[in-house]
Amino acid sequence: MSEREIVCTVCPRSCRVKAKETGGAYVFEGYSCKRGLGHAQSEVENPMRMLTSAVPIARATVRMLPVISEATIPKAKLHDCLEALYKVRVDSPVAAGQVIVKDICGTGVDVIAARSMKRK
Amino acid sequence: MKTEHVDIAIIGGGPAGLAAAIEAKRQGVEKVCIIERDTDLGGILQQCIHDGFGLKRFGKQMSGGQYAEAFIEELAHTDVDVRLKTMVTKITEDRRIFAVNEREGMICLNCGAIILAMGCRERSRNQIQMPGARPSGVMTAGAVQRYINMEGYLPGKKAVILGSGDIGLIMARRMTLEGIAVEGVYEVMSGPGGLTRNIVQCLGEFDIPLHLSTTVTRVFGKERITGVEVSAVDADRRPIAGTERRIDCDLLVLAVGLIPENELSKGAGVELDARTNGPVVDQDFMTSAPGIFAAGNVVAVFDLVDYVSDTGEMAARGAAAYLRRADSAEIADARGGDEASIIRTIAGTDINFIVPQKLNAGKRESDINLFLRVKKTGENQKIRMVCKGASVSECREAFVAPPEMLVAKLAGSADLDDDLRLNLEANQ
Repeated sequence: MSEREIVCTVCPRSCRVKAKETGGAYVFEGYSCKRGLGHAQSEVENPMRMLTSAVPIARATVRMLPVISEATIPKAKLHDCLEALYKVRVDSPVAAGQVIVKDICGTGVDVIAARSMKRK
Repeated sequence: MKTEHVDIAIIGGGPAGLAAAIEAKRQGVEKVCIIERDTDLGGILQQCIHDGFGLKRFGKQMSGGQYAEAFIEELAHTDVDVRLKTMVTKITEDRRIFAVNEREGMICLNCGAIILAMGCRERSRNQIQMPGARPSGVMTAGAVQRYINMEGYLPGKKAVILGSGDIGLIMARRMTLEGIAVEGVYEVMSGPGGLTRNIVQCLGEFDIPLHLSTTVTRVFGKERITGVEVSAVDADRRPIAGTERRIDCDLLVLAVGLIPENELSKGAGVELDARTNGPVVDQDFMTSAPGIFAAGNVVAVFDLVDYVSDTGEMAARGAAAYLRRADSAEIADARGGDEASIIRTIAGTDINFIVPQKLNAGKRESDINLFLRVKKTGENQKIRMVCKGASVSECREAFVAPPEMLVAKLAGSADLDDDLRLNLEANQ
């Protein structure tokens, strides 16, 4: 049996949820609402995160273009995705929402431009 | 000097200014102008590439740029005049704006109303009296954010963060992801300054330690910073002798608080609130200077951009109504009421500040949101609003804490004939 604590980030109350595991099944204690329970469950079973970063852009008013994943990706793949993004270079102009990397690292999620950038 | 008339001029094209401009057009105001010193609209949102914006307003997780883009896109469908790369040098009490840009030189705008939306500034090293040398490599979290996210520079290899404000926490994660080793976060207070979710998501996830009741007591290095000395502090925040520890680093990041930016406001003689460091405003977000309004972090530092946009819209509705009153000439004084019909909101038991600070007496057309911060942490609390000893309204809160701004709704039907006191109480 193992136990871990998850500080809930669903609301400011920040409940400390205990997840107790026995034979692959989890029991949760200390949450105050259904959303908190759901959050704790996904944190132990399959934690997901948004991916945000910036990639170099040529001939724009600033040197970096902010990018974001269109949906959450598995936390375990975050590092690989960032490594992939480090290699990306784009050229201006870019429209907000334009796909920068399609299906990043086989997650099925596209990484898009978070803003528009005109050519300088 | 080129002189022009505008109905509403908005100083600052960040989230408060963008929301104000769009709302002013919705209200039917003809000539609306945004003056922005940067090359693009969006303000500080453009360097906030992390997600977590817009949950309240758009019901989804957006990055700062995406949040800004939603407003910039809407603004593009209006005829709002956007003057980029234009710096306001002075505003006057009679609503004239002096500004300068490379196309027009010095310009003067005569304004029906002005909305101050300059945002806030970070507290810098000079404001926290940090002893030691003055090497390079000591910078604010916002500067680090701009270097990494917009300019594409890594400002160091090993960082120490002083202060646990939200931008510092966000940058602890961002620097880690970019390969900068973050040794730890040091906070002089006994509790963290930032939101719990940021402590969890930005420090906890990356095993970055948070040292409370500890501060930086020395900076080492001559040309470039080579390290810092940290010390534990006592209850009065005085360093405790014998607790000093040296940490080698080439970057010291300051996340020690934000201050509303009001140099221009002061020039116009606007009354400031010593607690918020921003202008005293009424329910329309009008300052003490008639026709000069304020919105967003100029007024008080908000923790959610969604609230900043809300105040931009409130100020724009107020400014539009002010222009209508001034036009109709029914009321000689376009303030819309005499001083006697104005009451104050008073921060009572365990309340740190309230915005707006002034309200119209009597009843109001609709409910009003009061933005406030509390002084202590607690569960199952309520904000009680008291007028002349009688309770007129109350709001329950499951959880309160100083870093979390609260919004308490004051019923429009509440009849106020004296100052309104807000108290934090246990909910029984």
